[in-house]
Amino acid sequence: MIGKVVKAGDDIDTDLIIAGRYLRTKDKRLWAQHAFEDLDPGMSSRLRGSVIVAGKNFGCGSSREQAAIALKEAGVVGVVATSFARIFFRNAINRGLPLFEVEGPVVCEDGDDIDVSLEDSCVETGGKRYRSLRLSDRMMEIIDAGGIIELRRRDL
Amino acid sequence: MSTLSERILKGEEGSFVDVKVDRAIAHDGTGIQALTAFREMEAKKICNPERITIIYDHIVPANNSTTADLQAELRRFAFERGIDFHDIGSGVCHQVMSEGRVLPGEIVIGADSHTCTMGAFGAFSTGVGASDMASIWATGGTWLKVPETINIRLEGRLPRFSEPKDVALRYVGMLGADGATYKAIEFTGENDLGMEGRLTISNMAIEAGAKAGLFYSDAETCRYLREYGMDAEPQKTEDCDYVREETLDLDDVEPVLAVPHRVDNVKPVSDLEGIPLDQVFVGTCTNGRYEDLKRFADVVRGKKVKVRTVVVPASRAVLLRAMETGVLRDIVESGATIGTPGCGPCLGAHQGVLGEGEVGLSTANRNFKNRMGVGAEYYLSSPTTAAFSALRGEIASPGVRP
Repeated sequence: MIGKVVKAGDDIDTDLIIAGRYLRTKDKRLWAQHAFEDLDPGMSSRLRGSVIVAGKNFGCGSSREQAAIALKEAGVVGVVATSFARIFFRNAINRGLPLFEVEGPVVCEDGDDIDVSLEDSCVETGGKRYRSLRLSDRMMEIIDAGGIIELRRRDL
Repeated sequence: MSTLSERILKGEEGSFVDVKVDRAIAHDGTGIQALTAFREMEAKKICNPERITIIYDHIVPANNSTTADLQAELRRFAFERGIDFHDIGSGVCHQVMSEGRVLPGEIVIGADSHTCTMGAFGAFSTGVGASDMASIWATGGTWLKVPETINIRLEGRLPRFSEPKDVALRYVGMLGADGATYKAIEFTGENDLGMEGRLTISNMAIEAGAKAGLFYSDAETCRYLREYGMDAEPQKTEDCDYVREETLDLDDVEPVLAVPHRVDNVKPVSDLEGIPLDQVFVGTCTNGRYEDLKRFADVVRGKKVKVRTVVVPASRAVLLRAMETGVLRDIVESGATIGTPGCGPCLGAHQGVLGEGEVGLSTANRNFKNRMGVGAEYYLSSPTTAAFSALRGEIASPGVRP
């Protein structure tokens, strides 16, 4: 999958991804509209078809699944980071949002093309290829089903 | 030889295990999401409803019609399905669970990041998201990766005015906000920390990114649980391989603050004295226990706070005990206001969020940008530091009388 780079920094917490003041609703579109509002109010308009490229500890803090849902709903293709907070990691997999954990920083700028592949566990941009963490069979099973809701609907 | 996590999860570090969940917890915030996911899964029935707990703590009582409708829907579901349900005013879910509902060695999964709190009992207790919780409702189990473990030895006794919260902030500062990501922390060592202090210390493991923060159960754990009519066994430590080992000498721990907007930006209170405050907040799953309220009351008794002060007991049991011992009276007489047992303003929804440009001191666990008020700043501290600061209207070191 190819997307446009939207860069984010280190330690982006889930309060920054979607603020607590927007949580008392079931409206996914509202979360998408306000994604990253407290980091950069203009950021949500650039998310459709994007790949977020972040530093370490992306998604730390609150367990709110709305963070993963907001990004998915906003049209984010995937998230690349040097590490993810573990609850966000689970939530993203459960919502079918592909994650790419890479060893070193990915050299790129906002708006660059970036190619991400779960099958090959790699990320490619600026003519350089970066290996990403291979997901476990259990995680791939969830992603292949389109998320844990679809997987359970099939199995239960 | 195995870490406590390996023993409880019955797997080696790095392996994936399918586990049965002994206790699953959700609250009004994540429970609504979990219910939506549960319905989307088209699950027919709840597996083991007696092992599932829902506790309303995030926005209690409901602050508007939208919240009230969402809460009513989940409340109805909980009643219909025979779920262990605790309505508004019961307290913060982690505090309610710590009042005789979790045993050493159990696997506890909560749809809240601070579920790591229950590691204080020697349980493997960790947070997940709402869809994971819905899946647990439907199947009774989940998958986990057995984490590597960091050992932090807590040795000695805390000096006067230093508290378990200072220990928690110190180790988060030492490890950093992602220092324990994907890992568990085991707290060991010769110390005199009681259960309430251990709960505070385990509670903040997530602020270093940890999956769990565990204490081995011992005589103190068993004594505490006996008060709730529960029999527990001490857990033996074994020699095991840790990925990192650290020691914190409690005798050297001084009162500290987490400086906005990072929990791992930890500095001595003495370095920041005199910063004017607009509000002091005492409460949450970190520091809303009876002992915390008493620490606050012991300082403010017979005096007046100089800044608006919000105190939210962590549970109904805490509130009752504070009433019975006079601690509540001391706090109210000092000029502080009392909120409904629950999370209070911690998540930024109600009950004392700050306005733009305001500065607060809080005993909570997160000082993320905008979390407890858009454009506001929050310092994190112990209840005693909060009390001395409330009396001065500015950040003040414990022990320095106004």
